[in-house]
Amino acid sequence: MAAFVRTAIVPPLARGGHAAVFAGRALREVFRPPFELRETARQVYEVGWRSLPLVAAAGYAVGIVMSMHTRASLERFGAEALIPAALALALVRETGPLVVGLLVSGRVGAGIGAELGAMKVTEQIDALEAVAVDSFKFLVVTRVTACMLAMPLLTVVMNFTGIVGGWTAESAVSGMGFEAYFRAAFSLLQFTDYVPGTLKTVVFGFIIAVTASYLGIHASGGTQGVGHAATRSVVAASVAMIAVNVVLVRLIFFLFPETAE
Amino acid sequence: MTAAGSGDRGATAAAAAIRLEGVSKAFGAFRVLDDVTLRIPRGQATVVLGRSGTGKSVMLRHIVGLLRPDAGRVFVGDDEITGLPPAGLAAVRRRIGFLFQNAALFDSITVAENVAFPMRRHTALSDVEVRARAGAKLAAVGLARAAESMPGSLSGGMRKRAGLARAMALDPEILLVDEPSAGLDPVTSGEIDDLLARTREERGTTLIVVTHNIPSARRLADTMIFLHEGRVIARGSVDDLERSGHGLVRRFMRSEAGG
Repeated sequence: MAAFVRTAIVPPLARGGHAAVFAGRALREVFRPPFELRETARQVYEVGWRSLPLVAAAGYAVGIVMSMHTRASLERFGAEALIPAALALALVRETGPLVVGLLVSGRVGAGIGAELGAMKVTEQIDALEAVAVDSFKFLVVTRVTACMLAMPLLTVVMNFTGIVGGWTAESAVSGMGFEAYFRAAFSLLQFTDYVPGTLKTVVFGFIIAVTASYLGIHASGGTQGVGHAATRSVVAASVAMIAVNVVLVRLIFFLFPETAE
Repeated sequence: MTAAGSGDRGATAAAAAIRLEGVSKAFGAFRVLDDVTLRIPRGQATVVLGRSGTGKSVMLRHIVGLLRPDAGRVFVGDDEITGLPPAGLAAVRRRIGFLFQNAALFDSITVAENVAFPMRRHTALSDVEVRARAGAKLAAVGLARAAESMPGSLSGGMRKRAGLARAMALDPEILLVDEPSAGLDPVTSGEIDDLLARTREERGTTLIVVTHNIPSARRLADTMIFLHEGRVIARGSVDDLERSGHGLVRRFMRSEAGG
């Protein structure tokens, strides 16, 4: 029994504790100077700007698919007029943030895990420390900050292109005009629909960057270790994000009761 | 063979740049350093010899604070780095240049930017001055034409020389060099040795060079240290080690193997 606890229980708990300390340190250091502004800007470009085509294209496709499903459902009740608003609500509240989170987790999470993993196994992180640079601040905090800044902006893009995709599908069926569709889409949207859903992606960005950085910076075993770090970064960040999303939705309902109605 | 400290050219007279006192380090059950006590004289070249896996690189990593000993203390000048907070450790590291065994160049920026990196971080030099100095450092190691190349496109020997240029970027008081000859042809290896010797003479830089290259060690060393199974088993001048009572040390010194 003692051997089982020592080998099967203690190591995962120790790793979890270690990761929690790592995340706590990252959160603290995000707000503590000195700020690595130049490197942070570079990471915002990598995380945000370079994810833009993927997010925009995915948003457009998701909008088309959601519009088709929404039409199929609302047609039964003769409520076709609500299609734009229903799509916008679903997109802005949940689908947009979550899809952006999963996309960024795949593209950026894997990238961070692989890049930091490669830097670890080739001693580049030690080289940073040897030239008197705080590698945690330079590598981890800049990526965490960049992901936290980029995620809400990417979500805005996803929501916009999703609505454009919805209009594309709807106009093909009903010939609805662009302006009329947009007016209908935003007719039911409230501040509390839009802002909490968009801002929760700041938390998603934190989870993605911290998870991938932690796994990358603790990579070992050469190129195979780098590959494992990249794969595990995507899986762990996605699962953690989806799990935390449950708590965040509950929290949003608690803080903004009108969103639960 | 001499006792530690005796027989070194001026070792007893010079102040210590680095001291290790009873340093031990183990990775799991493998004891890499075992109660190592050393005094590296300021302004001299100390060459560390030993078979692969005997703790030479681990010793360098302790000196720059990348590893903390399980027991014992490490001093750089008067600073005991084993207990320093991050800010204090960073201040000590700015006085040290470190060439890694595999160069460890930052592979997302050019060779010139690798060399410029420490200057951009720790000096108030203008961009023009930083570029000029980085160019001069690269020219000194024969890499002026590779300045705008990415590290991934360089040969092993070129990476090593670029790493050396980066290690010397801030004109450090102490230069730690791990296997400078590895992957280099004899002519280039000799040029690197000359550069290291010139740096020591002109700037009074304290050199610690880990190498398996005996001709290179002979050219550079004021003092030699021989590590075996985590312990210093011989220390002294080239002549001292050639007359060592340890058969392994004598065999090592007789070999003419290059890096």
